[in-house]
Amino acid sequence: MKRIAGILLVALALAGILWADTALSINGAGATFPYPMYSKWFDEYHKKNPNIQINYQSIGSGGGIKQVTEGTVDFGATDGPMNDEQLKAFQEKHGSGILHFPTVLGAVVPTYNIPGVEASLNFTPEALAGIFLGKITKWNDPAITDANKRIKLPANEIVVVHRAESSGTTYVWTDYLSKVSDEWKTKVGKGAAVNWPVGLGAKGNEAVTGTVKNTPNSVGYVELIYAEANKIPYGSVKNAAGVFVKASLAAVSAAAAGAAKEMPDDFRVSITNAPGKDAYSVASFTWLLIPEKFSDAAKRDALKGFIKWMLADGQNYAENLSYAKLPKEVVAKELKAIEKIQ
Amino acid sequence: MSARLRWRKFVSGFMLTMTGVCAVVAVSVLFFILGYLVFHGGTSISWNFFTRLPTPVGEAGGGMANAIVGSAKLLMLASLFGVPIGFFGAIYLAEFSGSTTAFIVRYAADLLNGVPSIVIGIFAYSLVVLPFKHFSTLAGGFALGLMMIPITLRSTEEFLRAVPNALREAAMALGASKWKTIATVIVPAAYRGILTAILLAFARVAGETAPLLFTAFGNRFWSPGWNQPTASLPVMIFTYAIAPYEDWHRQAWAAGLVLLGLILAINIVARAVLSRGIAVPRS
Amino acid sequence: MASTTTTVPSAGPVAGARSFLSRLREGDQIARIITFLFAASVVLVTLLLVFELWQGSVLPRHKFGFNFFRTSVWDPIFDQFGALPFIFGTTVTAGVSLLIAVPLGIGAAIFLAELAPARLSDTLEFFIDLLAAVPSVIYGLLGIFIVVPLMREYIQPGLKNTLGFLPLFQGPAYGVGFLTAGVVLAIMVIPYIISVSREVLLSVPRDQREAALSLGATRWESTWKVVVPFARGGIFGSIFLALARALGETMAVTMVIGNTPTISASLFSPGYSIAAVIANEFTEATGDLYLQSLIELGLVLFLLTFILNGLARLLILLTSQRGSEMSHV
Repeated sequence: MKRIAGILLVALALAGILWADTALSINGAGATFPYPMYSKWFDEYHKKNPNIQINYQSIGSGGGIKQVTEGTVDFGATDGPMNDEQLKAFQEKHGSGILHFPTVLGAVVPTYNIPGVEASLNFTPEALAGIFLGKITKWNDPAITDANKRIKLPANEIVVVHRAESSGTTYVWTDYLSKVSDEWKTKVGKGAAVNWPVGLGAKGNEAVTGTVKNTPNSVGYVELIYAEANKIPYGSVKNAAGVFVKASLAAVSAAAAGAAKEMPDDFRVSITNAPGKDAYSVASFTWLLIPEKFSDAAKRDALKGFIKWMLADGQNYAENLSYAKLPKEVVAKELKAIEKIQ
Repeated sequence: MSARLRWRKFVSGFMLTMTGVCAVVAVSVLFFILGYLVFHGGTSISWNFFTRLPTPVGEAGGGMANAIVGSAKLLMLASLFGVPIGFFGAIYLAEFSGSTTAFIVRYAADLLNGVPSIVIGIFAYSLVVLPFKHFSTLAGGFALGLMMIPITLRSTEEFLRAVPNALREAAMALGASKWKTIATVIVPAAYRGILTAILLAFARVAGETAPLLFTAFGNRFWSPGWNQPTASLPVMIFTYAIAPYEDWHRQAWAAGLVLLGLILAINIVARAVLSRGIAVPRS
Repeated sequence: MASTTTTVPSAGPVAGARSFLSRLREGDQIARIITFLFAASVVLVTLLLVFELWQGSVLPRHKFGFNFFRTSVWDPIFDQFGALPFIFGTTVTAGVSLLIAVPLGIGAAIFLAELAPARLSDTLEFFIDLLAAVPSVIYGLLGIFIVVPLMREYIQPGLKNTLGFLPLFQGPAYGVGFLTAGVVLAIMVIPYIISVSREVLLSVPRDQREAALSLGATRWESTWKVVVPFARGGIFGSIFLALARALGETMAVTMVIGNTPTISASLFSPGYSIAAVIANEFTEATGDLYLQSLIELGLVLFLLTFILNGLARLLILLTSQRGSEMSHV
């Protein structure tokens, strides 16, 4: 009996070593926000190209940046573009640069749970900043009620919920708040993780959703997909043109359209608080990070092929999963940028 | 019967009942968890779950076959690495060492045990992943193996020590050398406890997520050999649980149930195949 | 006569060498060396880990020095890092979890070892061991879905109403917080206490119990005053295992502790632990000072574990009786 077990063990070990796969395996890591989209894309691409396996793991935007810089993965993905320092670090380590390729667009929405309030609230930038700074503490504060004259808001204490861990969602949210509130900019700043003045920390979009759902008088921020999938109420945000816009794919695309015309060559742009009367204020691109130089020609060609596919057929899968497509101008620009990959 | 004796008898009955209550509480928590997992994940368990690869959201019929195999490989590596160190180290502590060395080793083991799993992952990352520039099953196995060491070491030592000295002395009196005594008398006597220790360590690392995030990484496809990133059940659970889709949530619960079931199966098989008559009767 | 060489040590260096050689021949010395190497590797790995943590935290150590232990601010944007709230949270949650798990665990172990019939004991033990196999992520999820609402709706308000005069049980009941994290941790560490304690209790020789009973002790007295002290070593060992697990647990804690760096006298307050903040922020930490501050937190946890273990061992040494099985800590 024991001998059989022993032989089985050895056989298993050998099988593990000898079982070679002939498929080309490419590894990528990064943002969690676009994970549903990417997993769909890579799966579809694999079906069309069975010998290419692109394995993407969502360990976080910062993780993606770090790992692609270290060289442990072939490409990265991030919700917040790499800053100059990080670009320099990559350059120093690899001797060549890294390129950003926008893939889809997403939005972050303010979600809330106020007993007795079913309607969709209007939030001004001042209200949002004040709430998250901890200066506006009750729901019936004039800053909130002024924009919601037809809704009766109770005099209850606001419970703020934010993300516990570093995340691209937080980056986008704080990027927006930094743009609309000087106090936020100087006191807290923008980043994937900040020193929150008030509030509970929940881990993941899912936990923020859950905490808000279960905590009366709470307010939090989540990706649009989570709000829609869980059917929780979320408010409209007053955009730069003064219009209260509720997040939707169309509104997100409108925000991107404004930026599309002035897109920098490296695609690193923030589209929060975008101009335009239809634009939703807290929207963002999400990017793939592709190194400029590849030592492995097969991997390079596979990735180039994927990006071309992603910009064409791939975009058609986006709306089903509640992501907004890229504007045409951005797609055209990216197709040109692909040639930079060597 | 004197009043004092009545009181003592009452205390005895009461306290012993309380211990029963403690046991009931502990066990009912477990059954509650199992029930919850079955309720929420049971519907997702199907033949597909065990044989198919993961599919993107919205597509039915996805499974976690690669994660199951990946977890098995990782745990095998972890045991190969962690169990011998824990086991032989414990033998040294219980049979050979002086008290200072023993103190130091035990202290070190307790410290290692207290290291957060994420830090172990970071440590394994800098030792195994960075030098080779890719994530691998090996790195994951190493990280998990590290976590198995303290539990195996400390518990095995306790059980070896619990073997009565009479047995050691009897063996010596018959002329057996020290290592022979250990191999043929003491270890078999402590056998059941040692097996418990190993299975406990095994169970502990089977459910760990954080150390795998930076070592085994994860894989949507099959992972051939030992040098590629590999999927594993805990990481899949983690990824699916924080996603916005109800279908993935159910799969996460199902994966939790499957993981538990696998550990249960290994427990049963291990005890059945490897157990033999114990030298020391239960008192 | 069989060629058994004597292992009785004789006097003098020559005799010592011969004794060594004879031990070598019999394999004892080899066994000793081999097992020593394994045991030493444990220490080496731990030292290597500390070394890596030390190396990896150079920047904040130079920048903050000992202020790292005294500051409560954790600001990744403005590069201010202080460890105090995390040390507090780790200690409190571990403490609460042990306060719950140790009495329950030892009680259950006593029941299983002394009272339950063998079959029942083995079966129950089997299932309790399974608790150790539940992935920590699942514990976190169960914490969120079951423990947190339970706390928020029933237990915390209940405690407030009855014991609310204590600062421990004041403040708004969010559901998440130190108490919840402590409870979830308690469930996670109880299998270690029960499993190991039960085995050690089972191995206490029968004559100990019989001697006590024959002197007129009640069943409980024999158990509590004779058997348990005899097994003290193993029981304390299991508590060390539990403590270590509680200090280092990452996933489950971060899902139920509220993730707010706060120091508060109330158990209802949300808080943060070292393991949780490292897990939450490590992947996204950009900037060397930030990253290394997280690593320094890992080092701090090491120090904390070191101190807590030391205090516990001291306590045991001071209170152990002669003749009991506490010849080792």
